Amino acid sequence: MATIEVNGKQLEVDEEGYLADLNDWVPEVAEVMSKAEDAELTDAHWEVINFLREYYEEYQIAPAVRVLTKAIGKKLGKDKGNSKYLYELFPYGPGKQACKYAGLPKPTGCV
Amino acid sequence: MADFEVPEITKEYTSVPAVKEGTMAHSLPFISKLEFNEPLGYPGELVDNWKEVVISKLKELSGKYRSLKVFLDSCIKCGACTDKCHYFLGTQDPKNMPVARQDLLRQVYRYYHTFTGRLFAKLGIPGFVGARELTKEVIDEWFVYFHQCSQCRRCSVYCPIGIDTAEISMAAREILDQIGVGHKYCNQIIEKAGRLGNNLGLPKPALADTLEGLEEEIEDDTGVAVKMPLDVKGADILLVTPSADFFAEPHVDGLMGYAKVFHEAGISWTMSSYAAEAGNFGMFIGSYENMRNLSLRIREAAIELGVKRIVFGECGHAWRVAYSFLNTLAGPFDFLDPNYPVPQHICEFTYDMIQKGELKFDKSQNDHMTLTFHDSCNVARASRMGDQPGGQFKIPRAVIQAACNNFVDMPSDTIGEATFCCGGGGGLLTDELMEVRVKGALPRATALKSVTENHGVTHMAAICAICKSQFTKVLPYYGFTMDQIVSVHQLVGDAIVLSDAPKDDEEPDETDAA
Repeated sequence: MATIEVNGKQLEVDEEGYLADLNDWVPEVAEVMSKAEDAELTDAHWEVINFLREYYEEYQIAPAVRVLTKAIGKKLGKDKGNSKYLYELFPYGPGKQACKYAGLPKPTGCV
Repeated sequence: MADFEVPEITKEYTSVPAVKEGTMAHSLPFISKLEFNEPLGYPGELVDNWKEVVISKLKELSGKYRSLKVFLDSCIKCGACTDKCHYFLGTQDPKNMPVARQDLLRQVYRYYHTFTGRLFAKLGIPGFVGARELTKEVIDEWFVYFHQCSQCRRCSVYCPIGIDTAEISMAAREILDQIGVGHKYCNQIIEKAGRLGNNLGLPKPALADTLEGLEEEIEDDTGVAVKMPLDVKGADILLVTPSADFFAEPHVDGLMGYAKVFHEAGISWTMSSYAAEAGNFGMFIGSYENMRNLSLRIREAAIELGVKRIVFGECGHAWRVAYSFLNTLAGPFDFLDPNYPVPQHICEFTYDMIQKGELKFDKSQNDHMTLTFHDSCNVARASRMGDQPGGQFKIPRAVIQAACNNFVDMPSDTIGEATFCCGGGGGLLTDELMEVRVKGALPRATALKSVTENHGVTHMAAICAICKSQFTKVLPYYGFTMDQIVSVHQLVGDAIVLSDAPKDDEEPDETDAA
């Protein structure tokens, strides 16, 4: 299995770079992953990543897109509570790219 | 944007490209592993006696399924199918010609299971009768090219014998799974659906929370408390819909559209957390057992909830399984109301309500769009709607036109029975296959561009979760935007007039939760 180096530790990731073990996650994981994709994480990115982690902890699944946009809208203002804004932050898709940075498994199914 | 060359849209979507050998030989799906395979009844990795297993499984399947044997025996190499596959048109790889794809399996079948094949193999010239010895190289080719077939059946429409490549590709995948060479995307999903009741792996609390949020959204928007019931015993209708409808856009707008239709029709309905999935990936891997296991969940949910009818949401291959196989897989459904189709498609349901005058629309709500409709392959070529031939083409269009003023069809040889697949069907909707997905979408993108340029089409509606996800992802490679793809019931939901909506002067407060 492939690994990524975070804080001097080798963490296992799957074929697509998603963390194999959710419990391995530390904030630096998101930093390392985003650097590898030439993306820079701002506070706005962290709002999304933190929400994903909180939601996952409660429900054992990433939030649906409307759950996510609603939550972000509440936190950051209504103009940001839409998927257009989320795609600006995470061009590869909030569901997939943001989940990866947050250490969550990739959403499966017809999505 | 892409690390491969995106094909250029030319004017003629049916122009046959020059052949370029091996252009897609590198396209490898991720291989599945023990944790996903075992619950499905497959070995976790390539078995030692793979050769024997393949030969005997091929014999078993061609003996069990008469159709498969006929398809393997009867190709006359006329060439009618060669330019009909969207993957060939988009990739130029000759192995993506349907006949070449079929031959990958047919050659091995000939070698081991036909008299002439065995005879010429003994003479040392098996290739003379199109027979080929089974080697690891053959298995590798199967894994690559049977995952460049979306089982859309377009080629079968043009085949004078009626050979269905989809069935051959399903058989090949079933054989591959038997030796431990499965596709991760499909097997992971089937395992999850078998364990949690849906392809996404949404547990009930998450589903309930999501639906509650959608109810709030509709109420904020319309002032009407439209419900999204879950696990309600004694409801008349069980709605079985793809779990993408809960999760993704534009799918979720379609789901809210169904809810508004049920609300306005005044019929009690529910969804089930046990069977929160219409999709059935068991079909994609050609596994009767897995397809049956997933179908049985729907039967069990219907009995448990005591419903009278089952309605399927917008999902292409689900409708194929539901319409064509559900009764034999999980029937008899003699406990349901015989006055309604078992099962019924949501488009049929809405269409009936429109015919009865139960629904009113303010079409001007959709006036900012000019729509076209993408016929999903499994609905178009493997099922029907209503009680008339061609109902699967007429009914969704009638529903769209009841809700929209502006509608234009794409060129006739790209819709209806001749529709081009979105490029992501058959279990290919996964990121590692993005190149074949993008290239396979070329014919549809070309047809869409033609109506965009000539008739001012702004949006394309679809009735399949895979089509919607695929298009939002791949059409941007061709210069479209992801929000140009909409759900049919999104159009319905946006235009439907809710009779219990507050009048203009008593509009709900615009107070936002923020």
